[in-house]
Amino acid sequence: MAAPPPSAAPLPPRPAGVGGWLASRWELVALVLLAAAPLCIPALGGALGGQVTTLFIYCILALALNVMVGYTGLVHLGIASFFGIGAYCLAILTVPMYPFRIGFLPAAVVAVLVTAGTGLALGAPTLRLRGDYLAIVTLGFGEVAKVTLRNLEQITGGMKGLNPVPPPGAGVTVAGLDLGKAFAIDPRWFYYLSLLSLAGVVLAMRRLETSRLGRALVAVREDELAAQAMGISATRVKLSAFAMSSAVAGLAGCLYAASLSTTADPNAYDFNRSIMVLCAVILGGLGSIPGTILGVAILVGFDTVLAPWADSWIQQMNINPSGSSALSFSGWRLAIFGLALVFVMRYRPEGLIPSRRLAAELHEEGP
Amino acid sequence: MFFLQQCLIGLTNGALVALVALGYTMVYGIIGLINFAHGDLIMLGACLALTLVGALGIAAGGGAATWAGVAALVLLCGLFCGGLNVAVDRIVYKPLRNAPKLAPLVSAIGVSFIFMNAGLFWLGPADRSFPDLVPSTNLLAHDGLQFTLKDLLVVLVVVPLMVGLSLLVRTTRLGKAMRAVSQDPVAAALVGVDVDRVIAATFFIGGFLGGAASVIYGLYINTIGFQMGFQNGLYAFTAAVLGGIGSIPGAVLGGLVIGLVRALSSAYVGERWTGAIVFAILIVILVFRPEGLLGRRTREKV
Repeated sequence: MAAPPPSAAPLPPRPAGVGGWLASRWELVALVLLAAAPLCIPALGGALGGQVTTLFIYCILALALNVMVGYTGLVHLGIASFFGIGAYCLAILTVPMYPFRIGFLPAAVVAVLVTAGTGLALGAPTLRLRGDYLAIVTLGFGEVAKVTLRNLEQITGGMKGLNPVPPPGAGVTVAGLDLGKAFAIDPRWFYYLSLLSLAGVVLAMRRLETSRLGRALVAVREDELAAQAMGISATRVKLSAFAMSSAVAGLAGCLYAASLSTTADPNAYDFNRSIMVLCAVILGGLGSIPGTILGVAILVGFDTVLAPWADSWIQQMNINPSGSSALSFSGWRLAIFGLALVFVMRYRPEGLIPSRRLAAELHEEGP
Repeated sequence: MFFLQQCLIGLTNGALVALVALGYTMVYGIIGLINFAHGDLIMLGACLALTLVGALGIAAGGGAATWAGVAALVLLCGLFCGGLNVAVDRIVYKPLRNAPKLAPLVSAIGVSFIFMNAGLFWLGPADRSFPDLVPSTNLLAHDGLQFTLKDLLVVLVVVPLMVGLSLLVRTTRLGKAMRAVSQDPVAAALVGVDVDRVIAATFFIGGFLGGAASVIYGLYINTIGFQMGFQNGLYAFTAAVLGGIGSIPGAVLGGLVIGLVRALSSAYVGERWTGAIVFAILIVILVFRPEGLLGRRTREKV
């Protein structure tokens, strides 16, 4: 047999010393810049602010998926259903048509607990399944969740969704400022709320990576049997991954529903969204926090910046007078994403900003 | 009588599902890949069938000309889908044979996107109606019970294909090689089986069956669209898993069961819950009997 591959040696998740300090400093710089941006860029007080908020929310969702796919190596194809369950939980607990109306913060806490519980309930019976079967179970769960949300019209409002979801702090007045009104009028409030949540999630993920549980997740990904032989309970570790991932996805769902002030219709939480989030994580780099965020930025950027720009350029150049979709840039969206997935898997399976551990594992030859 | 009618509808639909499920189960059995692109491959087959109906000018009505035309469609679409499947295997999956399992799975999702985009250009964004070549004349001399010419068409195409497939796998040299590769590719290669050729043959056969299914789908359901692949693929995959993935009789049995479940739940619970019920069954089967109805239990190898 060949010598053990280099990944067998434990790699620190981040280079110690100067390198690690620099990495965290860059994150701090990014945070400060993003926090200062609304004060310098007036456009963030308008529609752009809402778009950037959505970007942050998708980053949180992608980081949630990263816990499953990146750290633990469990393919999850139904992350959007947890996103949706979070959104609907928040909505049910806050919209005026229900008697609960408990306000954003308590509702968000409940929603996160509910999604974590749902994740556990899905995870517990399915853990013994092999990787690709688990992928199918999560996919099936996503479809069941979507159909259920759509059909339980008395509870979820069917295709209309639930609205209006009141903004956080509705009716609360701090120092003469009505928070609910502030959130409703100025998108920068949601910008800061989601930025703060994203920063919190990134921090938690960083802590997770170096924690005992985080290393156990990676150990289970690299070799479940070996990890068990070393005394790690694969069941507990995988269940924790399920719960954490679902909870964070639920948090993203809460922010999403609150920032749109509606849950949108159940099709917003379908397989397409799950797969787009998965694309982002894979493209950016499995198991890598900056990679995941970059992946989301690329995908959202493609849809909201590049595609409209290219389409209007094509229109200006008058290349496509008949308006056929084959000659418009956005008509190629699916093919471009598909090709990106195929090429990334073929030539750079570790993604654009790889996690060092995973890069070593993915380039290892063997059965 | 109503129940019997629903069962009949279910079995006919199930035969169609089974044909698609075979494509999943054969590929999974031989290289352990959930071929996400299979449903979209069938969608492309249906696109070609629609184009060919116009190009060849196949007459409707149910006469000899129609049947010859349908046979030509099945053959051409089968060859197209089979060839496309082999090409995708060569270009996309083959370089990833030794990579971790995530890589081919994600690539298959990518291929399914590319196919879907191709179908979008081919058909346009809206659903298209497929010409009703075979009329739905009732063949039973009974008012309450219907078994139409269309149902007969499904049976006439599906049953010979399945019989042919099981003969191929059971009796021919290629079939023996396929069984050997699915058990242990390395050992098969050691005794002189050309593993790559066997895998290509498997992809071709799976694709051919899918192509045939796409023609039947068009003629039977009469509506095709670029997004039909995803849902139909999932139903068929559920059937493959239900029957025991990797098992050919299992895929047929699973397909028939899924067809029955769909027909009965549409009739008694409501059309809109059908999807949820099928996938709930999938989850329950995977949780309690992951080897399926007819599959063998395999142990994880160290």
